[in-house]
Amino acid sequence: MELRVYATLRKYLPAQPLGEGTLFRFEPGTSVAGLLEQAGVPLDQVKIIMVNNRHAGPEHVLADGDRVAAFPPVAGG
Amino acid sequence: MGKILRINMRELTVRYEDLPDKYLLLGGRALTSALVADEVPPGAHALGENNKLVIAPGLLSGTTAPCSGRLSVGAKSPLTGTIKESNAGGITAQKVACLGIRAIVVEGRPAGEGFHLLVVGEDEAKLVPAGDLTGMGCYQLNEELWKRYGTKSGVISAGPAGEMRMVVAGVSTNDGEGHPGRYAGRGGLGAVMGSKGLKAIVVRTDKAFEVPVKNREAFKEAARKFAKAIAEHPVTNAALPAYGTAVLINILNEAGGLPTRNFSDGRFEAAALCSGEALAETVQKRGGKGRTGHVCHPGCLIRCSNIFADEKGEAVCAPVEYESAWALGPNCGISNLDHIAVLNRLCNDVGLDTIETGVTLGVLMEAGVLAFGDGEAAIDLLDREVRNGTPLGRILGGGAEAAGKLFGLTRVPTVKGQGMPAYDPRAVKGIGVTYATSTMGADHTAGYSVASNILKVGGFVDPLSPAGQVDLSRNLQIATAAVDATGLCLFTAFPLLDLDYALPSVVDMLNAQYGVNLTVDDVVDYGKEILKTERAFNRAAGFTEAHNRLPEFMRHEKLAPHGVTFDVPDEKLDEVFNF
Repeated sequence: MELRVYATLRKYLPAQPLGEGTLFRFEPGTSVAGLLEQAGVPLDQVKIIMVNNRHAGPEHVLADGDRVAAFPPVAGG
Repeated sequence: MGKILRINMRELTVRYEDLPDKYLLLGGRALTSALVADEVPPGAHALGENNKLVIAPGLLSGTTAPCSGRLSVGAKSPLTGTIKESNAGGITAQKVACLGIRAIVVEGRPAGEGFHLLVVGEDEAKLVPAGDLTGMGCYQLNEELWKRYGTKSGVISAGPAGEMRMVVAGVSTNDGEGHPGRYAGRGGLGAVMGSKGLKAIVVRTDKAFEVPVKNREAFKEAARKFAKAIAEHPVTNAALPAYGTAVLINILNEAGGLPTRNFSDGRFEAAALCSGEALAETVQKRGGKGRTGHVCHPGCLIRCSNIFADEKGEAVCAPVEYESAWALGPNCGISNLDHIAVLNRLCNDVGLDTIETGVTLGVLMEAGVLAFGDGEAAIDLLDREVRNGTPLGRILGGGAEAAGKLFGLTRVPTVKGQGMPAYDPRAVKGIGVTYATSTMGADHTAGYSVASNILKVGGFVDPLSPAGQVDLSRNLQIATAAVDATGLCLFTAFPLLDLDYALPSVVDMLNAQYGVNLTVDDVVDYGKEILKTERAFNRAAGFTEAHNRLPEFMRHEKLAPHGVTFDVPDEKLDEVFNF
């Protein structure tokens, strides 16, 4: 599965090129929260999670090949 | 309390009038819409003698209320044919308010072709012939006007596009550095200004916070609470100052709602290259005059603006916003930030609404007039063709809907003739409801459902489901109309939506300033009244529920990656204004 972090979360995966994902290998049954913990991204700084372009919660169980994106609180317009 | 400054461009006269009592508690959009509804015949030609350009600071502008420096510009729109209000930051709203002027009303139309300049000072206002400024781009114009009238002057201006009465023309205002990039961009209000023969308004005062307040102690306390709310909310205290509004590029791309290549895809493969993160990193790397965390008006606590610099560190454009970066970027298949910044600068200079320009460019690219991704051709089109009013330039200057008709296209993303902003309504359905039903044509700021659909501010409503979107849009349209009357930046809506004590602090400020006793419930009624006034004008101008619809292609053309169409039923759309 692939994790992309954006905005202020980028500091936790500093080697990740912008807009590209970092690949992680996980056991089946891992949740988004588990992935973030493994990646060293503090869950309390994450406001928006998307799995395969859809909003998801931290408890969402991931499958092989999933694309996960994590954002802090952001807005604009 | 307060004056109306009335300018007649046929007679070339200037006079002050006392503000009628019925307008006492109207400011910003509430006042521009009331004046337009009261004084402009709904059937008037928007570029004709009988339309009026109304400029009004918000109810709180010119006080120490944080983030209260928005300036509303209103008229009947030559783009949509509806009533229109568009508001901008910049330094001028506070100056106008501090001069005791609640509204500037520009009426009539000159018999000939000449342009004038309106100079408003502490003691008098006068019209000055502006023949030598005619045809000038807004950057040079602002520089010249600061030389003549001082570097504290507020400048409201029309670029060459406005002079030529192109319906993509916006009204420019300046920031503290004299950049002309704070725009009341939407709806062709620059063309209305041009049709009046008015090149610019110069507001000469150093004052920013001197509007009288009846109960100073109560006001101070309420303003302190409101400032706390802005400082406490993570959107207004971290993401916006660090990355600007373009922080949304990546998130809309991840959500599959970033309109790409004329709304033919919900994702852009090169989105990250023109995102807020890329912009901030580029600005930081290049140094020089570039910066993030810039303020657009004194008293702004959010600092979402930026100055984008070129490789030599010279300022290219301030600011590069999400809407502009998207319109001139992904919507045109362009990812090169330098091209986007130059296009944005050209819009600011020639006097164009960046959204309508980008949407029209997307339509022209679809028509094959230029290729998707060809930033240099787009630059040439704005700099040479539009600036000089060539036939091709005037095609762009006619906006997206006109371009679609000229080239026989069906994928034309407009409502009531206005190009859609940076959220595809098929994947962000709440904003689709706002686009369809707003009194202003497709307008994201009229009821920013993106907050709950995508950003999880003010709750969460699934963006891909039609359920709950009508209620969401209705409530936000009502609240937004009220916020637009205060002169507060719309981004204060994020703390207003999430923090219980924020809205009461705004009501307390209004009560302390005007010596009244409004309640939080009154704010809802206030917003409804504005919408009712606007809807009545539009009805009299010939608009019905049948105009409150998205373009047909969005009902049957599926949008990748979700494969969704816009499926909020028409009869549900008709329930938005059920009050």
